[in-house]
Amino acid sequence: MEKVLEKILASQLKEDFNILSILQDVQDNFNYIPEKALNWLSKKLNIPESRLFGIITFYGQFHLKPRGENVITICRGTACHVNGSEKLLNRLLLELDIPPGEDTTGDLKFTIEKVNCVGACSIAPVVVLNKEIHGKMTFDKLTRSFKKISQSE
Amino acid sequence: MNKDIIIKVCTGTGGIAAGGNEVLSSFRKTLSSAGIESSLQDKCSAHKVGCRGFCSKDVLVDIIINGEKTVYQYVKPDMVERLVNEHIIAGTPVTEWIAGEDYHNFHKKQIRVVLSDCGEIDPEDINSYIKAGGYEAAKKAVTSMDSEEIVKVIKDSNLRGRGGAGFPTGIKWELGLKTRSDLKYVICNGDEGDPGAFMDRSVMEGNPHSVIEGMIICAKAIEAHHGYIYVRAEYPLAIKNLKLALEQCYDKGFLGTNIFKAGFDFDIKIFKGAGAFVCGEATALMRSIEGKRGMPTPKLWHSAIKGLWGKPTVLNNVETFANIPKIILNGADWYRRLGTEKSGGTKVFSLTGKVKNTGLIEVPLGITLKEIIYDIGGGIEGDREFKAVQTGGPSGGCIPAKLLDIEVDYESLAQVGSIMGSGGVIVLDETDCMVNTAKFFLEFTQSESCGKCTPCRIGTKRLLEILTRITTGNGKKGDIELLEELSGDIKATSLCGLGMTAPNPVLSTIKYFRDEYEAHIKDKKCPAAVCKDLIEFSILEEVCKGCGACKKVCPADAIRGVKKTPHRIDLNLCIKCGTCFSVCKFKAISKS
Repeated sequence: MEKVLEKILASQLKEDFNILSILQDVQDNFNYIPEKALNWLSKKLNIPESRLFGIITFYGQFHLKPRGENVITICRGTACHVNGSEKLLNRLLLELDIPPGEDTTGDLKFTIEKVNCVGACSIAPVVVLNKEIHGKMTFDKLTRSFKKISQSE
Repeated sequence: MNKDIIIKVCTGTGGIAAGGNEVLSSFRKTLSSAGIESSLQDKCSAHKVGCRGFCSKDVLVDIIINGEKTVYQYVKPDMVERLVNEHIIAGTPVTEWIAGEDYHNFHKKQIRVVLSDCGEIDPEDINSYIKAGGYEAAKKAVTSMDSEEIVKVIKDSNLRGRGGAGFPTGIKWELGLKTRSDLKYVICNGDEGDPGAFMDRSVMEGNPHSVIEGMIICAKAIEAHHGYIYVRAEYPLAIKNLKLALEQCYDKGFLGTNIFKAGFDFDIKIFKGAGAFVCGEATALMRSIEGKRGMPTPKLWHSAIKGLWGKPTVLNNVETFANIPKIILNGADWYRRLGTEKSGGTKVFSLTGKVKNTGLIEVPLGITLKEIIYDIGGGIEGDREFKAVQTGGPSGGCIPAKLLDIEVDYESLAQVGSIMGSGGVIVLDETDCMVNTAKFFLEFTQSESCGKCTPCRIGTKRLLEILTRITTGNGKKGDIELLEELSGDIKATSLCGLGMTAPNPVLSTIKYFRDEYEAHIKDKKCPAAVCKDLIEFSILEEVCKGCGACKKVCPADAIRGVKKTPHRIDLNLCIKCGTCFSVCKFKAISKS
């Protein structure tokens, strides 16, 4: 882990020093922000851990827990809401057996997350499957894509 | 063959979702295997274009032969071969795939300034923008205009901030110019957070150069040498296209040192947001660039005097910057005359929700909501009844049918309890519950409230609690009055725009749809049959054919019955997800 962090730091310090960009790189690399990375950065940069923790918990994009292999993002923007995205979300959580308050399946295969708006409102409801945007989503379509993902593994 | 062939394929986010990239590669493959590409060479091109606006018809494809344009809709990769064979080679357009009347109605009342090149040029190629007149305005501003001159043109144009608040852009620039400092900043706010608005995304994706050009002109006007574009992390394609555009600008000498060889320096960096709605607020955005929690700070002075790192900073929205080059080229008078007396120009709206034609539209300010919804939007989907239109996202309000004749500008929308905001227009029909809609927005603002000031942090939480109470059938007498009082207090005492506008959805829905609130509280009924706790699903015995479709999809196994006999729902098990309601082909499921 240290090697990766060293590399991130080296490339970031070349430009203006910005803690947000560093954390984004960490997140991109590990898929979440491990506690150890936080400790390491805090010591290295001489920034209190509490401040880093404050930044991480403030922004919705940072995660302190490991994420699933496949990330399914349900858009909860207004246009998606009026076109039934809440139902999609609830069905999905039920189907994947994810307990309330959690977002990832026990086997770390799937993470379900909400996003405020991906800005593809005219093809609502929108679901992002592993960074690929799918519009006019129905539960049937979603189940089919699911099967595809599970089979390809 | 002596033809000039251009094929434009929409590959904005909407286009890609519909398969735009596959359509484009299919065109390229078919053209090269038919030998057209090699015989015509540079007279034949198939390229990407950004968002065309009418995303619900994607993939939209333009085939232009010798200047004659035909627009095709819903193009799929397997349709390409026929298009090439019949239209391009044989010369007869495939009429059944041509975009129809609604496509033309959608565009008839629009005037495209910001979006004029969006969907026409290739966003990945700076030469395509230059060919369309790009960077002429920046060149003119940098080489032959002085700062005061530029500021005057922008002031005269009556352009107002398109981020939502509508602050006159020229006045902001003047303030930035007059404040003396060794360092000044230009920031483009691309943190488009309003759910239901996507004009900034489309511009950044489809014509990133127009934003950069606007920023160059601003930099010259206020004598700044450093710029930032703050983009939401949720917009990966916008970030990619902007990055590419910046690289090309540096190569051409439009950015960097001594730009346009006029002795002026200007640099732009991209800053990727990290998912916080409040960062769309100017002071919060600057704190975020400084690497802090993105929390707003009290506006003791305008950020054009003291902004990023305490230096004078002019921050404008994406759409505002994209307007600038056109104003410099066509003059202030031209732009001012497009709009109303107090607000010049055009505004881009994203028209979504329950209308037939959804998409991105650009109309002159002063157009009526009715024209937007019925002429451009084509009316309500499924011919249901119109209920309300929500403008301005979570900071805006719901406008009922009786007010559809108002002319859209900053003042008139504020008068009816809504705001212009960034330009989201979401149409609601009779199947939408207004209390639930208000609750939806409060859920959003409550979770996005940064927590710095008490009225917003606690006030929105209390509002949401009361709304939740009402929608679950536990509303009490006096709740409506309590909502009104609390909303007034939050508006009056919050620190930033988020809190000051958060109660708008509540206040406007109470104002125009009080009877719906009363039905929830007094009769414990949801008139639109949306609120889960106030409705019950049942199967109409005389209509049910016993096909078993509902039984198959029910996630709670709550439906009982033998094939070909009427089924019934076990209400103790039913989780009211509504799946059965949406799959039943015979309308045998009733919601009451």
